[in-house]
Amino acid sequence: MTVESIGHNETRQYKTELIQQLLNEFQHDFPLSATPYADIASKLGVTEQTVIDLLSELNDQKILSRVGAVFRPNRVGASTLAAMAVPEHKLEEVADIISSYPAVNHNYEREHHFNLWFVATAENVEQLNAILADMEQKTEIRILSLPMEKDYHIDLGFPLQLIQGGHHD
Amino acid sequence: MTVKPLAMTETSEIDAIDRQIIAATQSGLPLSRNPYHDIARQLDLDVNDVLQRMQNMLDNGIIRRIGVIPNHYKLGYKSNGMSVWNIPEEKISQLGKLVGALDFVSHCYQRPRFLPEWPYNLFAMVHGKTHDEVIEKVATIAALLGDDNRGHKILFSTKILKKTGLRIR
Repeated sequence: MTVESIGHNETRQYKTELIQQLLNEFQHDFPLSATPYADIASKLGVTEQTVIDLLSELNDQKILSRVGAVFRPNRVGASTLAAMAVPEHKLEEVADIISSYPAVNHNYEREHHFNLWFVATAENVEQLNAILADMEQKTEIRILSLPMEKDYHIDLGFPLQLIQGGHHD
Repeated sequence: MTVKPLAMTETSEIDAIDRQIIAATQSGLPLSRNPYHDIARQLDLDVNDVLQRMQNMLDNGIIRRIGVIPNHYKLGYKSNGMSVWNIPEEKISQLGKLVGALDFVSHCYQRPRFLPEWPYNLFAMVHGKTHDEVIEKVATIAALLGDDNRGHKILFSTKILKKTGLRIR
């Protein structure tokens, strides 16, 4: 079965189920083998090409963030979660400044007195501190740096429910 | 604003070739029949070396998991609440593990307090399709913690200002 042949009404449900399986059952233990997509395909009972085509389609639709590794924070380089209390009228300007740093990979506006939250990553602690100091100087706003001290999460991915009224596992 | 030594890098566990592999794979594995071969060719390495090194990084925790990483936001999980908790120091290890094991918690970290304005030392990221679903899940955590919860807040994101994958050089 190919992706081209899917899309008719009778097969749409099947395709959604296949996508749900792909997204839920392979968030960890993606094969470290010569042919990982073929390995997945044999577990799902479809062809390798179907798996590759489906993942490519999901990737094009931005439903996939990526297929790949999740790295443990603070193992590769140094990082911190930083918070700023930015006056409302300056929020956009300050957010743009913060986002412009390549060291920043997540930047969120949140509902709190501390309303700007971002993750900054650098190759080492000295570099990270220098970047934060530079940000404070540019924005004239103090930064709370809250680096991770301990990770309690057992990361097996996140259960998704795609099918309305469908099972959730 | 200083980053504590706790956030120090542990780069001694990986070498320059590991770093190259991380850099080549962090935006995702190719959606081709032999993705690890492609990475090996790109780095002028033997594919078995790439597979072995990735397995080693998995074993020592530098890679948490390898998998299909969905874009939760695109799949309808549009609400994310960063729940923050004030937990007695002597209980945080035990309770952190309890919260970190919940399947709706995607990150669970201990972070430093910043008194007086920031008394929260446990962060648990909760995702849901709606605002109410997140509130409900946070209530589940509160019930689990009971009297050991000395105060908590949910910081909802009102805007994603920047979100990219981990970047290192």
